[in-house]
This record gives sequence, C-alpha cells and structure tokens, in this order.
Amino acid sequence: MADTNGSSNEPNGSGSSFPGLALVPRADAEQTRKEFTSDQEVRWCPGCGDYAILAAVQGFLPELGLRRENIVFVSGIGCSSRFPYYMNTYGLHSIHGRAPAIATGLASARPDLSVWVVTGDGDALSIGGNHLIHVLRRNVNVTILLFNNRIYGLTKGQYSPTSEVGKITKSTPMGSLDHPFNPISLALGAESTFVARTIDSDRQHLTSVLRAAAAHKGASLVEIYQNCNIFNDGAFDVLKSPDTRDEVLLRLEHGEPIVFGTDGAKGLQWKDGRLEVVDTATTLVEQLVVHDAHADDPSLAFALSRLDNLEFSHTPIGIFRDVDRSTYDEKMTQQVEDAVTAQGEPDLAALLRSADTWTVSG
Amino acid sequence: MTKEVKQLDRVIIRFAGDSGDGMQLTGDRFTSETAAFGNDLSTLPDFPAEIRAPAGTLAGVSGFQLHFADYDILTPGDRPDVLVAMNPAALKANLADLPENGDLILDKDEFTKRNLAKVGYTSNPLEDGSLDNYKVHAIGLTSLTVEALKEFELSRKEAERAKNMFALGLMSWLFNRPTESTERFLNTKFRARPEIAGANIAAFKAGFNYGETTESFSVSYEVKPAKLTPGTYRNVSGNVALAYGLVAASRLSGLPLFLGAYPITPASDILHELSKHKAFGVRTFQAEDEIAGVGAALGAAFGGALGVTTSSGPGISLKMETIGLAVSLELPLIICDIQRGGPSTGLPTKTEQSDLLQVMFGRNGEAPVPVIAASSPADCFHAAIEAARIALKYRTPVFLLSDGYLANGAEPWRLPELESLPDLTVEFTTAPNKGEGDEAVFWPYLRDPETLARPWAIPGTPGLEHRIGGLEKADGSGDISYDPTNHDFMVRTRQAKVDGIARDIPLLEVDDPDGGARVLVLGWGSTYGPIGAACRRVRNSGHSIAQAHLRHLNPFPANTEDVLNSYDKVVIPEMNLGQLALLIRGRFLVDAIAYNRVRGLPFKAEELAGVLTDVINSG
Repeated sequence: MADTNGSSNEPNGSGSSFPGLALVPRADAEQTRKEFTSDQEVRWCPGCGDYAILAAVQGFLPELGLRRENIVFVSGIGCSSRFPYYMNTYGLHSIHGRAPAIATGLASARPDLSVWVVTGDGDALSIGGNHLIHVLRRNVNVTILLFNNRIYGLTKGQYSPTSEVGKITKSTPMGSLDHPFNPISLALGAESTFVARTIDSDRQHLTSVLRAAAAHKGASLVEIYQNCNIFNDGAFDVLKSPDTRDEVLLRLEHGEPIVFGTDGAKGLQWKDGRLEVVDTATTLVEQLVVHDAHADDPSLAFALSRLDNLEFSHTPIGIFRDVDRSTYDEKMTQQVEDAVTAQGEPDLAALLRSADTWTVSG
Repeated sequence: MTKEVKQLDRVIIRFAGDSGDGMQLTGDRFTSETAAFGNDLSTLPDFPAEIRAPAGTLAGVSGFQLHFADYDILTPGDRPDVLVAMNPAALKANLADLPENGDLILDKDEFTKRNLAKVGYTSNPLEDGSLDNYKVHAIGLTSLTVEALKEFELSRKEAERAKNMFALGLMSWLFNRPTESTERFLNTKFRARPEIAGANIAAFKAGFNYGETTESFSVSYEVKPAKLTPGTYRNVSGNVALAYGLVAASRLSGLPLFLGAYPITPASDILHELSKHKAFGVRTFQAEDEIAGVGAALGAAFGGALGVTTSSGPGISLKMETIGLAVSLELPLIICDIQRGGPSTGLPTKTEQSDLLQVMFGRNGEAPVPVIAASSPADCFHAAIEAARIALKYRTPVFLLSDGYLANGAEPWRLPELESLPDLTVEFTTAPNKGEGDEAVFWPYLRDPETLARPWAIPGTPGLEHRIGGLEKADGSGDISYDPTNHDFMVRTRQAKVDGIARDIPLLEVDDPDGGARVLVLGWGSTYGPIGAACRRVRNSGHSIAQAHLRHLNPFPANTEDVLNSYDKVVIPEMNLGQLALLIRGRFLVDAIAYNRVRGLPFKAEELAGVLTDVINSG
C-alpha cells in the first residue's frame, strides 16, 4: 500500500479510548463540523429524519480527531444511502444491499481506515440480509448505521421487512402479510459484538451511541429509529412525544438497574426465564435487573430486545451489547505476518519453481 | 532377462476407474514422472460432479487422459493407445474410444457377475470374444496388490485401495518412466501415516516388477524427451498458473492482492492456491456468497489493492450487478470466469466456452468490460498478468476467461524470466488535479486524455476526499448528474475507453506457413490446442490453412477485420452455439462458418481436421 500517512500523525494506538480506531491516523489540529460537510446539496425531503442523523454525525466526528482522509462512508441503495455524498470524507455509494460486503473488503485490505456503513431497513435487512449477518459474525471493524423507518421511501412507499403486519401500502392494499424482523434480535443472533438502538430526534442520545459504536473494536450495529415524514410519518411518535416517551423508553446504562417511567416507577425482573416489567415501589432493589452490556452471554441483551412490541410498549434504547472479540481484519493481517515469518520474504522466482523442474538446454 | 525396448514418438494413455479408485491421482503422478523425464505432454482429467457416485456404475467413472511425445504437442489426444480400465464400468464407458489393436489393461478381479450386471453386461467381455480386436492384458490388479502388501498390517480394504499405485507402477515400467518422484510424493503425502506410505510404495514397486517379469508384456516402450525451447520447465495446471499470474501481477504492480471468492467448481483451486501464498501479502476472503466475493474485491480496489474475484458461469451471473458498479466506478478489478457447461448448474466438472456473451453483455445498461481469454494451461499465467495490466492502466473491470479444460489440464511450462514480465507500476493520484493554488480541487472523473482512464486516489490521501457511486456522474467533477447530454457523453466515453485498448494490444497474428491458404480458422480460448493440432493434420495432408487465435475478445485487435477479409472463408469452431461467430458477424459483417459442439469435452483434432478439410474442398 502506498504510504499516504504523514509521518507526524501517529495512529491512536492501542491505549486509546477508541480501540476500534487504534490503527487510524490522528488529525493534526482540532476539527469542525464544517470540515466534514461536503459541497453537495442535500436532497432528502424537507423534514426527513436523515437530516438530524447527518447533523449528528458531522457534529460528532471532530470529537474522534481522525484524519478526515482516513474515514470512508460506504452505503447501499435507498434514501439513507445518499449519506456519503454529504460527508466530506471518502465515500462509496454502492448497490442495493451490498455495502457490508464492499466495506468488508475495504476494511480488511486497509486496517488504517475508519469504515462506516450507512444503510436502511430494506437495504440491510431485505436485499442485503445475508451480508449483514456475515459482517456481524465475522466482526469486521466497521460501524453500521441502520436507519430504520419501517418503509421503502425511495421507491415511494412499499412496506419493508420491519413494517408491522397488516401495513397498508401501495404494494399491500389489503395489508402486509409478513412478520417483521427485529433488527436488534437479528444482530444479536448473528453474534454481533456491539448492538445499540437510538432515535433520530434525540441528538444527545444519538451522539453518545455513535461515540460508543466508533470506539468499539469490530462490527458495531446501531439501529436508528428514523422518521419518514412522507410515507410513514409519525411511526415513532410514541417514543418522541413528551406525553408518552418517559413511560415507554428504557434507557440502557451499563451497570445500572434498568428503571423507567415517571420517577423510575418501573423496572425489570427475571420471572420464569424472561423479563417482566415490575413496580419498583413493591420490588426489592436487588431483584431489579442491572444492565450488563459487557456480558459474554447474550441472553440478557436478547431478552431486552424481545421486551418491546411493534406498538412500543417498552422500548429499550442504548447499548444492548458491547463485548470484546478479535476482529476479522486484524486476524487476516496476523496471518499475512505469520506467513512472512514462517516462509520468509516472498520470492516470486522460487514460487514458480515450487514443483519438480527440468532443464532443456539449447 | 532384459526385455526389448521399442521407441515411440508419442503415446496416449487413459486411466479409467471408479471415482474412489484414485484415477486422478494416478494420472497426476504419471504426468509428473513424464514431465520430469522431459516429454512434452498434455492432459485431460474427466471426472463426474459427484464426489463418490455409487461404486461400479457408469455415472461414477472417472478418467484421466495423458498425451506425451518427443516433440511439441497441442492436445491431450483424441483416442488412447493404452486404456487402463479398473472395472467393467470403466471398460464400458471408454472402450469405444480405443482404436483396434490398442492395448487394454484390465483388473480381472473386478469382472465379477455382480459388477458386470451393474453396468448391463450380460456376458463377461473377458471371455465372450468381444475384446478380440484389442491387445488385452487381463491382470489381477486387486489380488496382486493385496498379495504384495501381506507384510503390512492393513485390512484387505486398505490394501485394495493401493491398487491404483500397482497400476501406476506397471505403466511406469511399460513406458520406462522415472519413479523417484512418485516415491518422494507418497512419502510426503502420507507423512503422518508411514505404514500407508510404505504400502503404497510397495504396491507401486510391485506393479513395476510385475511388468518386468510377466509374460503378458513382451516389450516396453520409450518416448524420448522432447526437443523443446531451451529453458527451465515445470508441469502446471491452468488454475495454478492463473493463481501464480495473479501473484506475479501483484508483485509487478506493487499492489497487495485481495481475492474475494466463493467456492465453485472448477474455480475453487485458484482460491486454494492463493490462500497458500499469504507471505506475498495475499489476502484471501472466502465470502458468504458470490456477490460478497466480488463486492469485497471491489471494496479492496477502492482502497488501493489489486482486487480479484474468481468463479464460474453461475457465480458470474450473481456478480454482474457489482461488475456494473465497477464499470461505473471505473476501478481496476479482475474477474476470472472458469467456464463450465451450462445453463444453470449444467455440467460442473465439464468444459464449455459458453460464457463469452454473458461476460460481454450480461449487465444492465451500456457496460463495456474488456475480455481476455487464456489459450492453454500455462498461458493462464500470462493472461492473468495481461488482465491486470489492462485493469490497472485503464481503471476498469476486466474479465479473464478460462475453462474447465484449461483449469484442470496440465502441460509443461517454460518458466519466464522475471525481467521479461511487464512493469505494472501504478501511480496513485496524490494532488488536486483541477484549478490552481488554493482553488485547486480533485475531480475523480477528469480523465487521462490518452487512455481515458480516471485518476485513482485512495483513502488516506489528504485533500482528495471524494464520493463516487453507481449513479451517473458529471464528466470531470464526478458529481451526481441526470443531465441528458452528460449521460450520453459518459456512456460513449466509457465505451471509447474500452475500445481504445485496441491500440494497446498486439495485432492478431496469423499462422499460414505456406502463405497460400484461402481458409482461415479463427478460435479463442482453450480450443487453441485442438485447432492447432487439426491445422497440422490438414497441412500434412497437403492442404493450406491459416490459423488465428484471439486472446483479446473485447476489444478485438485492431487488425482483426483486415485479417478476416484476407480469406475467402472463415471457420470458427467453438464449444458453444456460435458466440464468437455472432460477434464477428455483427461487428465485421463476415459470413463466418460456425462449427459448434457442446459435449463438455474439448474438440478432437481428427474431427476438426475433417471439418476444415471439408470447407477447403467445398471450393
């Protein structure tokens, strides 16, 4: 690889608070949001939740202090997948569903890059479902932002693999038939090492989750509930309205008891092998479930992912799981290094002769 | 007593047996011995797609044909001089190809009532006179092997499994092959089980000694080493040569090789081979599917690697959308299509040339991709380097076509001098290319005026951050553009870039020794050997014929039309239903005569010679 890293810019190093970015060179100077804003006109519909996510990412990236040229956004197809055009970093707007595969090649070939995948519910969970589960199980060092608006927007309003059953859309005038995916459960089932959920409109929460996802070494999946105000407006209103949100949202904090509701009136307790919502007033504190995002066993994370229903009765947000496992790209690099150690410096002439040879003289 | 040794100039041997009999290994070993002896050779493995079809059935017959000579040869040969048949099924499946008076070596122990009935013999051909026209050597290969191994503590079944080595030993004696490399090979292969290595070597030696003592063979044969071009040689199969070519291209370009692939017959051996060479900085990624294989390769190419994906026809179909993206992104990418019989799953282990039109046109939109085809197993090495050269220089995906025949077939390869290989050094763009001073910016689609290639600026390069994708781009800036005139311009420019490669590839050469030919035979890919052998026959019978073979199928060499127009008739033999013929007719309005067979096997020289002679004689 060409040495394009300046000598004065050392990577973060393994002692960094961002282990996932340890090999990415750091910027010379403080950065601003403006530096991450490209010259392209943003062409999402006015009022789209994507604007808030774009602003949060652009506003948050200076905090990482990475060299801008070492950041790459890769996307598939869909409204969300226009995202790379608006970032003043390297970017690749690819084809439907394939961004995780393309990002896998890029991240594996270039461990010095911070690679982000921007995708949507149709892109990641329908046409690209296979690539998503495999990038997660391999633990490739990429950060995946899954914009979930529960609808196909760019094709003008068909139901998606996260739409609720019975959804009336142009392609389902009598209601959709298929049972939806739960992206968090799916990611946990694929043994993803980092799984989180956040909401487009909650800038502070969104930023904190992005920070943790970027810090994570390996594949991070962040599901972002994102409003499509044209084809599925208000899908997440229950989670956003000041009247309802506190009763519904469970803000997961590692090491803290999981309590929610007005004045923390509700909590969770294990009963008969599953999580149940209980009154904190009548439950012993030691019986309340304490969140452990770092548990190797994904059972609690999975149980949390199953707590909710499509009508948002109890919706956990935050980090479900954040565990350490070696990454695909670092193991691939290790094998290359091991091979050099075992076989010595490569010698093409010797390779070509690595079978019985004979000489014909003139 | 020393037996008589007769000199021959060439021999064709076919080993045939059950899938579990180890015929491919036997053939490989005989090939290695023959290569080490210095003969020219050509091989044709022919095996079923099933790993172990029911034992003793026609469906389970696996064959390996080897042609070796004291002069340069072009094909594995049409018909065997010697057929080794390990059971009745192998006899039945192959006997029709054995000429009268050919040598037939049979394992008589396998000619039991049950085995005969399994393949529909109502009487035993060893006894009913049906083999009277052949020189039959009915030998108890199984029982002799078991007897030879009685000192070893092996079950009867284990001992029987060494019968292929007994047969190999016998054939090694019959053709005076050197035996050291096989003993060395067996010791290495069974390093972990020395008793198995010892038993196989004992069986091999027993077969050799049997030849020397039995009265069934009164003479042995010798084929002198071939007078080939001076140099150092090794034996190589197409897939290994292709893998080496990719490694060489990586070294020559200074770019790390990244292979994204999904297992598929007959391409998997390239993945296997490359995964052994990580010391060369090779990264191999066994993807979750064909699409991810090419996607990862393209992602790596965006990052500055030499991105490669390998597959066969069905996998190529799946990759096409990503290849279209590569056309739009204008990034270097090598796509190796090791063709097999189609459509659909087709004939996984058999050869065919039926993906030419798929790779030319199998994408949405106007999506031109250069196409290169290897013509022999060893040529796969140079074809891979040429594919890399074009991909890197023109920033384009390139198809490299091989097929099952080249992939698994082997021939001696004169090793190239490394200094003779082309310099593929790539200059990444490191500075803005549009405007001056503080106003200077990077335009990812500002092209080189000569090659029309766009600049390749890789992530990590400061100041050149840019976004590219599958949406149509404005000429120069690369911004998204839906402008009608711009789209028309970009479509034509991408086509012009690929067409312009014609200025950068060798002219089509014609082999017309006496200069008097009126008929040209035009081929591409793996038919090179059979067509060449057929032309020799035609010329030996007193006719003139010209031969030209296309390595570059898109674009065609600049003089192709002139060559075609220099002859009264053009014959195009292909292992498809006329795909090159369609292109030639469409492009040049030449009324080419197509000769097509799709039998999953290469053409026979005799058959093609007949076709060509008929065309010549038809006036």
